[in-house]
Amino acid sequence: MTINEKQDEIIAEFEFLDDWLDKYQLIIDKSQSSKGVEDKYKVEENVIEGCQSKVWVAAEYKDGLIYFQGESNTDIAGGIVCMLVEILSGHTPDEILNADLYFIDRIGLKEHLSPTRSNGMLAMIKQMRIYAMAFKSKNN
Amino acid sequence: MSFEETRKDFPILTQQIYGKPLVYFDNAATTQKPVCVIEKIKNAYYEQNANIHRGVHFLSERATEAHECARKKVQQFINARSSNEIIFTRGTTEAINLVAFSFGETFCKEGDEIIVTEMEHHSNIVPWQMMCERKKVHLKVAHFDENGMLNLDELRKLTNENTKLIAVAHVSNVLGTVNPVKEIAQIAHAAGALLLVDGAQSVPHLQVDVQDIDADFFAFSGHKIYGPTGIGVLFGKEQLLEKMQPYQGGGEMIQKVTFEKTTYNELPFKFEAGTPDFIGSTALAEALNYVDKLGMKNIAQYEHDLLEYARIRLSEIDGMRFFGNAPDRSGVLSFLVGNIHPYDMGSILDKLGIAVRTGHHCAQPVMDHFGIEGTVRTSFAFYNTKAEIDTLFNGIVRAQKMFR
Repeated sequence: MTINEKQDEIIAEFEFLDDWLDKYQLIIDKSQSSKGVEDKYKVEENVIEGCQSKVWVAAEYKDGLIYFQGESNTDIAGGIVCMLVEILSGHTPDEILNADLYFIDRIGLKEHLSPTRSNGMLAMIKQMRIYAMAFKSKNN
Repeated sequence: MSFEETRKDFPILTQQIYGKPLVYFDNAATTQKPVCVIEKIKNAYYEQNANIHRGVHFLSERATEAHECARKKVQQFINARSSNEIIFTRGTTEAINLVAFSFGETFCKEGDEIIVTEMEHHSNIVPWQMMCERKKVHLKVAHFDENGMLNLDELRKLTNENTKLIAVAHVSNVLGTVNPVKEIAQIAHAAGALLLVDGAQSVPHLQVDVQDIDADFFAFSGHKIYGPTGIGVLFGKEQLLEKMQPYQGGGEMIQKVTFEKTTYNELPFKFEAGTPDFIGSTALAEALNYVDKLGMKNIAQYEHDLLEYARIRLSEIDGMRFFGNAPDRSGVLSFLVGNIHPYDMGSILDKLGIAVRTGHHCAQPVMDHFGIEGTVRTSFAFYNTKAEIDTLFNGIVRAQKMFR
């Protein structure tokens, strides 16, 4: 599936949830059923420190594709990082760097993109792009 | 009089948040403003905006009079001896920074000691750390017990002939503990030290009398007592302020300036460099008039009832843990529910229209004490109701189900 196909799938999941709490329930469920980050990657270097939440993002590079892992000590940030991992994993550095992450706006999480928002969604995306850039330059 | 009637004075409280009536429980961070305060700000700009002091014209004199009247109002409100003891600042933080700098420069030398407590807001820690670094002064810390009560025996032991000042919160912004500041003043004074009281969380909730406490310095913020942001107060005993060197230089604070030597203005102007917030000061005075009409004693009683109701009600919730169980409490209630992260709890409550604060509340040493990252903090004002606490109860129960 392409990045956009995966985004559309997530948008469809949220589409029929009118109530904010139902949307959040889905985010929480995603976090709670997630595999998280392997212990070997749960190290300081992989931490994205928000004001209130802590998020770990790790990446592996195999056969030209990047595979992400993500986890948080809060379920809401955890659910968000899960969705990002789901969407961006298994793609080339270029696909990740060129991705337009429109699902955020469409599922009504735009507020989480604010740089002052303490869960740091923006920082998560930035970190994933940095991985993509690093693997890309390594490749070249 | 019913406190519920005061809600009509606060237009913001009628708002709907995500389609739900706003329940505002973040009063320790800032309080909402009554119409009279908002009108005062508006009218001041409409009718009496002119830079104060040294103006010969009508508007300037009128604005000056309003600003100085406001100072007298503050003096009366906290029962200072003289309005010379009232310095307008931007808030509690600036007031403490002022003392840390000016007191430090004037009175502290290498080897001296300052004592703070483990339950201080960062604003009553960092300015002292900065001063201690600059002047090679030692910073000592008095701790609190599992209930959030200050260990006075430890404080007594820490206090000695090298102690220059004890800086303590009147009311903890996380634990709600009301510290025995009168007793702490005696401990400080017996050793020849001074006492600074951070009154940010006490002034809105308790009747404060700086002479009764015998505080040497007392700081509070306007916006936490229904006044505007950007205005705060430092009370300091006159004889101390007289001796202390100025904090900032500029207009207003000088008597005579030449390139050879500048002499400073009298109190309180010596500590108010630049154009003061003369609109903010008059609006703050209006806020103090407003709470005076309600009566600080009545407010304290009503808020105490609210706080106790909240504790009883929320303690019914499975896995509820309160932080701060001192017998004398005020204003705030901090808690965690099971292993739900405070950020998660706060986010769900927000979607239910309930405004609480989550995180470390600028008091990381308090979090370290309990080995936690943060708490959910609800904080009350007299416009809050028991029905709102019931809404909070239902909200927490609802959130709890979502995280199972």
